[in-house]
Amino acid sequence: MQDLGIKVLFEGRNFIRLLEGLWITVEISFVSVIISMVLGVLLGMIMTVRNPVIKVITRLYLEFVRIMPQLVLLFLVYFGITRAFQVNLSGEVSAVIVFSLWGTAEMGDLVRGALISIPKHQYESGKALGLTGGQIYRYIVIPQTIRRLVPLAINLTTRMIKTTSLIALIGVVEIVKVGQQIIEASRLSVPSAALWIYGVIFFLYFLICYPISLVAARLEKAWKTV
Amino acid sequence: MNMDVLREYAPLYLEAAGLTVRIALIGIAGAIAVGFLCSLIRYFKVPVLSRIAGVYIELSRNTPLLIQLFFLYFGLPKIGILLSSKACAITGLIFLGGSYMAEAFRSGLEAVPSIQMESALSLGLTKRQVIGYVLLPQAVSVSVPAFAANVIFLIKETSVFSAVALADLMYTAKVLIGMSYNTDEALLMLVLSYLGILLPISVIFSLIERKLRYAGFGN
Repeated sequence: MQDLGIKVLFEGRNFIRLLEGLWITVEISFVSVIISMVLGVLLGMIMTVRNPVIKVITRLYLEFVRIMPQLVLLFLVYFGITRAFQVNLSGEVSAVIVFSLWGTAEMGDLVRGALISIPKHQYESGKALGLTGGQIYRYIVIPQTIRRLVPLAINLTTRMIKTTSLIALIGVVEIVKVGQQIIEASRLSVPSAALWIYGVIFFLYFLICYPISLVAARLEKAWKTV
Repeated sequence: MNMDVLREYAPLYLEAAGLTVRIALIGIAGAIAVGFLCSLIRYFKVPVLSRIAGVYIELSRNTPLLIQLFFLYFGLPKIGILLSSKACAITGLIFLGGSYMAEAFRSGLEAVPSIQMESALSLGLTKRQVIGYVLLPQAVSVSVPAFAANVIFLIKETSVFSAVALADLMYTAKVLIGMSYNTDEALLMLVLSYLGILLPISVIFSLIERKLRYAGFGN
């Protein structure tokens, strides 16, 4: 019976369990996003420094992390580090490490882009007006940078949330894994469970990411720098 | 690191890389077609279709590829639609990529000032000529950086296909780790394979971008 498939959602604690799984996803995303934002701002500032050694190192880090699929990075940390250093990382910790490394690289590049997009003459005009270096940053650079940065950072956040779906593949019991468990458990009683559960997970992700994307799009429009 | 193991794995990875690249090519070509169509529909505000394209873009951009694939691969068979893992992978990539490409093209279309269209029309060009000679060439060159970023993003996303049992690079690595415990070698080959695919593309794209910027487009 196709049309009764949805009942699997409301059997026992199934729906609550899915939401709990979603919460794990959100938690891991949240921690990684916070770490990425803080480290990303630092990295972005470091990347504007004119030092060839720093430039090469940050560039290599950035290119490597950006070019590798996130799933590969997860594998590298989850399987590779565990073996290389004989430490036992849980899937959750591996996920936070990977998403922080990746998010920091992406955020760093955004910050760098925003910082160098401020025309040089603004620094010079500030100086000519007698502002100190700190004041130039405080009143001229940072306000403009933030306007450029916030919408992009919010977009990065939705990307990170979506990408956390991958951690089911290294065994973290988040929403996708819970969904699989429910489908397994009801394989005989509700054969069409997969359709409904994955459909619901699809919309749960959408419900989380869409409002965030909307905010980003609104801010981008409102703060469009001329 | 054991060289014999590496030598033994190399052909497996080559084969998997070939599959990854083939699927990525088909998927990206499809995504470009879908994206181009959607962006034109949205740009010219075609009634009804524009709405549908908008809903599709938002749905596709705000959900993870993994879930889209699971829905295609595990969900759809329950209502009688059976897709092979290859078909799922390609469909998923087109579904996901279409919206990203659509947004890239749209930003290109919107970057062309409307005064150019009006001038072209007043010069006596037909609407088709205006689109073909004035609008599209500029829109395409403006959207090249976003387009390039999307191509790389989509190739990276192909790594998820292993989850629907496609024998791609990730899948090969997973199997080898599980079977032989040569984790270091399997992971090294995995990284090298993706570097081998993505690094040249990334370098080529940044060269093209630089060329376009010199030509006065883009910025």
